[in-house]
Amino acid sequence: MSEETTLMIDVDAPTDWTPESGGSSAPAMLPRLLAGIPAHGPMNLEDHLVVHGPTPASARRRGRRGESPLIEQIAQAGLRGHGGAGFPTATKLRAVADSRGRAIVVVNAAEGEPASLKDRTLMHALPHLVLDGAQLAADAVGADELIVCVCESAPASIDSVAQAISERGHLSGGTARTHIAAVPGHYVAGQESALVNHLNGGPAIPTFTPPMVFQQGVRRRPTLVANAETLAHLALIARHGPEWFRQLGTPSQPGSALVTLSGAVAHPGVYEIEHGASLVSLIEAAGGALGDPRALLVGGYGGSWIAGQFLRGVALSDEHLAPHAASLGAGVVALLSEDACPVAETARVTRWLSEQSAGQCGPCVHGLDSIASSVQEIASGLAQANATQRIARLAALVRRRGACGHPDGTARFVTSALDAFAPELADHARHGPCEDCARPAQLPLPVYGRLADPAHKSVSLR
Amino acid sequence: MSHRLRVNPITCEAHGMCAELLPERISLDDWGYPIVDDEPLPPALLDHARRAAQACPTFALLLTRDRDRVS
Repeated sequence: MSEETTLMIDVDAPTDWTPESGGSSAPAMLPRLLAGIPAHGPMNLEDHLVVHGPTPASARRRGRRGESPLIEQIAQAGLRGHGGAGFPTATKLRAVADSRGRAIVVVNAAEGEPASLKDRTLMHALPHLVLDGAQLAADAVGADELIVCVCESAPASIDSVAQAISERGHLSGGTARTHIAAVPGHYVAGQESALVNHLNGGPAIPTFTPPMVFQQGVRRRPTLVANAETLAHLALIARHGPEWFRQLGTPSQPGSALVTLSGAVAHPGVYEIEHGASLVSLIEAAGGALGDPRALLVGGYGGSWIAGQFLRGVALSDEHLAPHAASLGAGVVALLSEDACPVAETARVTRWLSEQSAGQCGPCVHGLDSIASSVQEIASGLAQANATQRIARLAALVRRRGACGHPDGTARFVTSALDAFAPELADHARHGPCEDCARPAQLPLPVYGRLADPAHKSVSLR
Repeated sequence: MSHRLRVNPITCEAHGMCAELLPERISLDDWGYPIVDDEPLPPALLDHARRAAQACPTFALLLTRDRDRVS
């Protein structure tokens, strides 16, 4: 990550708000998370406290028997996870708080999604905001330990978190011990059970549940695994309250979100948007599109393609994206340029996704490989007549049949390509590669090597 | 209390015994891995389901009771 890619914008922000009590002026409008983000390097503790003020003592209180008041605030705010699945955060906090035993909080900034930079950006530039949220969550669920998981491919973010933890030594109220864990970069490493497996000394690949990690996670203790951005939002809700949070966004998806915008745009980077903001306003804030984008990928590699012709009607909330069979997921928006071949891009990413299978579950190992081969056959003009029907059938066949959601995400990605690029797929099937096929890949395809040999069930990455 | 079938896809090695023993609820996919109907089992199938689960060489077919399920 470079600082140049970290940008911030106000998109469709309402203007009628008044600051609430709480020590600092409440940034009801955008930016919220990215308020005061330094042009270079991390925000230190002193500056963080100037921008956001201390966390309120009331949020840290926990009744002897009763629930933490913060959990109720998070429920009222309607905060959902920003790691991709969008699970209600309060439900997760409650499940951990209600489980027997001393809990552990895991901050998930593994960010294995190749087109996403927002979590490493947060950990690098604004570590204190995430650590505030992690500490508050730890207090709310009764945890005495925090583990901050950062992708090993983001050393600047790891250094920044280490520096931030040392700065916070004298902060009162923070009682949980905090450590950092570097996590392998592969796609499924950030999946909840994979992260826990890694922290327990195993390979960073998913495990079969139950036990659910909120019951038995790290060292068999109840474990809250929360995305880094989710915890940053939590830190602000604790300060300013649920009504403040709901001043932005839509009723069904309140608040703001970080979006990693990449591809055919003048200034790619990490932006903060209000849920429901138009894609056009985001693109304008990023200096405009380069040419006339042929398609956009929303949500990530387990997300959905939307054909470029719909670009002007797209708004960035799950409700608005549902008619396009898309959702915001982990906040990835990639614009494919007009001279890129969507069939070649889809074929490359599908193959990459099949190689990112942990190699554990038969339907994922065989299904994703078969899907990837079929897409490649179409792209090279070698497919049989019913190849697209075969892909649709295989995609339906692998759904909900893995230990994790990887087959489902891949199925979604490839089915969205069948819908968005029907004419292009038919053209390639009939005539073979187009003249744009030979261009370099626009969507990044990190190289980690194969995770596991599918012939072997027990794998070790160490 | 109703019972359902579930597969542990990590331990399943596509032996296919389950589909032999309980074709009413289990079919095999293109690669021989079971596709399991996860609706509650009718009482008449319960013994067959139990036998299918016991026959799995890798203990990958699980008969679960609804009260064990995590919402």
